[in-house]
Amino acid sequence: MTAWSSTLDVPALELVDVVKRYPGEPPVSALDGVSLTVDRGEMVGIVGPSGSGKSTLLHIIGTLDRPTSGAVRLAGVDTSAMSDRQLSAVRSQLLGFVFQQFFLLEGMSALDNVANGLLYRGVAPAERRSAAEDALARVGLGHRLHHVPNKLSGGERQRVAIARAIVNRPAIVLADEPTGNLDSKSGAAVMDLIRELHGEGHTILIITHDRELADSLPRQVSVRDGRIEHDSGPHPVGVGSIEAGG
Amino acid sequence: MAVVQHSTKPVDAGDETAGRGSSIPRSRLRLGDIMRVGALGLRTRRLRTGLSTLGIAIGIAAMVGVLGLSASSQADLDAKIRALGTNLLEVQAGSGFGRGTGELPDTAVAMTSRIGPVTAVSSLTTVSADSGGTVRRTDTISEGINGGLSVFATDPGLLDTLHATLADGVFFDNATASYPATVLGTTAARTLGITDVADGLRVYIGGQWFAVIGILDPVEAAPGLDRAALIGLTAAETFVIGDDLAPETLYVRTVDGAVDDVRGVLAQTVNPATPEEVEVSRPSDALAAQEAASSAFTSLFLGLGAVALLVGGIGIANVMVIAVIERRSEIGLRRALGATRAHIRRQFLTEAVLLAGAGGLVGVGLGAAVTAAYARSQGWTIVIPPVALVGGLAAAIVIGGVAGLYPAARASRLAPTEALRSN
Repeated sequence: MTAWSSTLDVPALELVDVVKRYPGEPPVSALDGVSLTVDRGEMVGIVGPSGSGKSTLLHIIGTLDRPTSGAVRLAGVDTSAMSDRQLSAVRSQLLGFVFQQFFLLEGMSALDNVANGLLYRGVAPAERRSAAEDALARVGLGHRLHHVPNKLSGGERQRVAIARAIVNRPAIVLADEPTGNLDSKSGAAVMDLIRELHGEGHTILIITHDRELADSLPRQVSVRDGRIEHDSGPHPVGVGSIEAGG
Repeated sequence: MAVVQHSTKPVDAGDETAGRGSSIPRSRLRLGDIMRVGALGLRTRRLRTGLSTLGIAIGIAAMVGVLGLSASSQADLDAKIRALGTNLLEVQAGSGFGRGTGELPDTAVAMTSRIGPVTAVSSLTTVSADSGGTVRRTDTISEGINGGLSVFATDPGLLDTLHATLADGVFFDNATASYPATVLGTTAARTLGITDVADGLRVYIGGQWFAVIGILDPVEAAPGLDRAALIGLTAAETFVIGDDLAPETLYVRTVDGAVDDVRGVLAQTVNPATPEEVEVSRPSDALAAQEAASSAFTSLFLGLGAVALLVGGIGIANVMVIAVIERRSEIGLRRALGATRAHIRRQFLTEAVLLAGAGGLVGVGLGAAVTAAYARSQGWTIVIPPVALVGGLAAAIVIGGVAGLYPAARASRLAPTEALRSN
């Protein structure tokens, strides 16, 4: 199975004293000593105004960027000393991304877009498609497999993107303003879906500036000026979360 | 703040490991997927794909067409030379001031046939219009209206000496050469409206009716014969001139290896008194010169094709640079999905190669089609050198690779965070 499947006891995410400084005159500290632990099966809202460093935090958790110092461990895997190629492997194996702009590829069906979630794991095409079909069915789009993105509504597109994020059974799903481009109705539907996935054991981090949305999540971490301002702390994980993950 | 720990050891490796301290299976992109991913950008931007493909296609088509046409025309010339034979020599009496009288001695044929390696000799003599050398359909047509046709007197061996062939009828033999019978060149027959010897038609030459006994195919060795009526030497002397006719041109066929030797002694043999008044040439040389001239043009046009190809390649590089800029977020997404820099680089390189390769394929097809159409219109055999086909495609692919190198490197260097930044 996946590389992290045997590590139930290890947190899904550990940040230890993470600093991100951008060189310049004067240097800008985007993150200034952030430590955070997220257990498996948790759903956490990382909330903060723009410029608070939450996007940098997302990039560093997502291994899209490296911290200046500090440690990032994903499902116990220390990514601090990894090469670019190894970080790519981490992303393909351990992470699922949901973006505000969906980032679906035009010119290919919903099914193929979701199958792309397994593309860089070298999974055979037939296998990718069958996994993608399951994932699309899971997000309620089993009837939209062969639609191209611009034939889908915004809410549907984001559900396709969510299916793509979970098709590789990641250790963590990172969602960056997942409802930011949606009207309130489809936004709510997307949040319902995300909650359901959490209920099935997915570990989910939602980065948002929307305090109301964050407040609806079991745990909130507020970020301001590159520091964690407030952490509501690990919520007593909901019944059923842990066992569903294993 | 120092990076403190490397304390967390890699977790259970499973079966495949990426090595170097990580237990995560490395990112992989299957070969078939590279092709699919590379083709995606082409499928979604059809117009642009078509236009940049066209650039390469024109260049390749030009080169394949030039190579094909030159090969076809060369094959045609080769065939003509082969039909003509390189062992045919033409001997002419010089004419004009200090160049002689335009006549060869009467003994020329007999003397020439005594040269060892000579296998055949025939003479050809113009029967001038003044002395009755005009061909007319009937005697009621004015002598001035001769359709530009001339009359030659010759001997029965001419057909074999020139390797000429008949379209219809027969050539002279020793008997008919002294009778009023004529064999018409292909153009002459058409001009006179005679297509079939079996019709038993006659033409009016000088003051005498001549029966048409044969019609020649086009004669490569002596194109002048196409517009001529041939009559036997004796017949000419008897019925047209009423006097002896000195030979004017000799056609000499030699043993293959002895062409130069024969050529060296020919003038002396034909006219021992004034050899400097004799001109000896080899008809196949004219065709060989034509061949050489056409190959000079080939290099010129190949050069032009190469320029077109270069421009096409720059067009592809340009389109790819734009594609990389436009598709930043796709690059970012792919990096987020686990693509390595190498995967991104390969994707765009593949795209460029596919783009150029498609252009190459179209160009090769186009070039071959142009060659075939033109060669057919010229009545040539269609020759398309395989090296032009393979080379054209290979050139396109190489150009695509070179054109894609920089854009692909640029795409792969894009930092994921930069690529994903929304704006």
